[in-house]
Amino acid sequence: MTVLELRELTVTYRPRATRGAAAAVPAVRGVDLAIERGDTVGLAGESGCGKSTIAAAVLRLLPPGAEVGGQVLLDGEDVYAMKPGRLRAVRWTSAAIVFQGALHSLNPVQRVGDQIAEVISLHSQQRRSTGLRVQVGGLLERVGLPSTRATHYPHQLSGGQKQRVLIALALACGPQLLIADEPTTALDVMVQAQVLELLADLQREQQMAMLFITHDLSVLAATCQRLAVMYAGRIVEGGPSRDLFADPQHPYTRALAAAFPRIGDPSSRLRPTGLAGDPPDPAALPAGCAFHPRCAVAIDACASTDIRLVSAGADRSAACVHVEARHG
Amino acid sequence: MVEPRVVLSLRDLRVTFSGPTTGRPVRAVDGVDLDVMAGEVVALVGESGCGKTTLVRAVVGLEPIASGTIVVDGATVGRRQSQLRRLRRRVQMIFQDPSGALNPRRTVFDAVAEGLRIHRVRGDESTLVGEALSAAGLRPAARYVDRYPHELSGGQRQRVLIAGAMALQPTLLLADEPVASLDASIRGEILAVMRRFVDESGVSIVAVTHDLGLAWNIADRVAVMYLGRIVEIGPTEQVLSAPRHPYTRALLSVVPEIVAHARVDAPAPQILTGETPDPTAIPAGCRFHPRCPVVASGDADRLGIGDRCRGTDGGAIDVKLVAVGPTHQAACYAIES
Repeated sequence: MTVLELRELTVTYRPRATRGAAAAVPAVRGVDLAIERGDTVGLAGESGCGKSTIAAAVLRLLPPGAEVGGQVLLDGEDVYAMKPGRLRAVRWTSAAIVFQGALHSLNPVQRVGDQIAEVISLHSQQRRSTGLRVQVGGLLERVGLPSTRATHYPHQLSGGQKQRVLIALALACGPQLLIADEPTTALDVMVQAQVLELLADLQREQQMAMLFITHDLSVLAATCQRLAVMYAGRIVEGGPSRDLFADPQHPYTRALAAAFPRIGDPSSRLRPTGLAGDPPDPAALPAGCAFHPRCAVAIDACASTDIRLVSAGADRSAACVHVEARHG
Repeated sequence: MVEPRVVLSLRDLRVTFSGPTTGRPVRAVDGVDLDVMAGEVVALVGESGCGKTTLVRAVVGLEPIASGTIVVDGATVGRRQSQLRRLRRRVQMIFQDPSGALNPRRTVFDAVAEGLRIHRVRGDESTLVGEALSAAGLRPAARYVDRYPHELSGGQRQRVLIAGAMALQPTLLLADEPVASLDASIRGEILAVMRRFVDESGVSIVAVTHDLGLAWNIADRVAVMYLGRIVEIGPTEQVLSAPRHPYTRALLSVVPEIVAHARVDAPAPQILTGETPDPTAIPAGCRFHPRCPVVASGDADRLGIGDRCRGTDGGAIDVKLVAVGPTHQAACYAIES
């Protein structure tokens, strides 16, 4: 069963014209993506590639001035055709988001248990009661926190504990889809390992669909079955993560994977490698393939030909002229 | 062979803060000995709260030390302002968040020239600034000098700060999580710039990080810190390929790896439970024992060291570093026995 489907999704930010005509910023430029029940899909890319915009677009959380094209189907229902009441019901219960910078998204003057209870009571019309308190305690225990933490304020918790509270909050209404936007970026390695293990366990237990967004390819490699690599608002490569890492087809994926130091591998010892140049400004994308100015294998045609995803073998796709030549 | 010159020498360094509510002192750095040689990169790794940042801040006088000595280039670092000013030319620091470290209203040129002016460096200012920017990879420098921080990417900002630090030709560069706030794709480029400075100018770097991959990429030696102390130190290859302390082993086992490159002999992840422990209440015995897999599995008791680890034998308070190789040391009773 397909839980989430994006069809030709586009998002364009139109800055309010202050002085002169401000340019429109195409943040997402035609993305197709489907997530099945029980699947974990990773969305990778650098800052500004549009990956967090996609997370916000799924639940219509984009700021005013953002224009959305294409379709977002949640359980087959078009999110952008929903009436406000329906949309409110769908948020948290069908799909929930664990945001980036989670450490600041809790209310500092409310006990964490009350923040979780509020979400449940709003969506189930439950009165505040002992039953609700028990439910909140159970949620906290599921994410590995003692239920007594419910009476704590956010400042009394460590970073890893706050991240767990936010995961409990996202799970409160039993969503079918969990969107995790850089859920471990602010955390230490050991706490990151704890949170990743927790997400994997929960996902397995409840057969949730999960969209995992991060710039850290190594985290995705450890958690996701499928992967989509984004560059400048588009998916440039997709496929099963194992195959994608074993044999990356797009030069961008290759460069990203090579940028990760491999402890124990003599070839990366004292030889840090990165991807030269910076990600392009979405308001002024290069002509042709958006990656060509940073690409090690670009040919003349890349500067003028805008290439879309083409098949790159069984269950795989990539947007590159070389791939087209190899598999075309 | 010429004996390598010691650039930084710490002896039994302690930094203590007064506790927030309990009144118990926070022992952030709790007895550290460390020597850094000329032209060497030492990575100081550990979890948040292990004292690694406090340690490097103490070296430049940003934190008052409780006891112990800091010797830079053979001179003991005191607290007098005139001394600190001289020290701060030789010892430069770069921070995790390059956006917060640059004045938003000053240009790139001013950001790099400021240090030169403060320390009255002789020479043509624009030449020095231009050379520093080019060396940090901002080429051609003329394209960047008039820009403001908001016109730069995160990676470019960090390059500006590195240029500002290196323009003063320091003998020691302290880098606190130099690439943690940057995209994974550009971290390598910044680290390559740092490594090139070491190889070309002979500067020494102490890089504070929780990223063991960074250590593998640029460090000659790795020092692993836990609750204010170094628990393992040695050449990078040895510490990261053949770790001896159970804490180092656990840290290494949870580094996420790209599947295709995962080591065949990779150990099963040992995810330590709990957060980093509390430096106001350092456990007796070995400070790592409440989270130690060797103690938890009962192996420590089988080796007959359980009581020493837990501090219930009434003996030594701290585990000392013992040699496990010519230049490799670890602090664990299991190694001694």
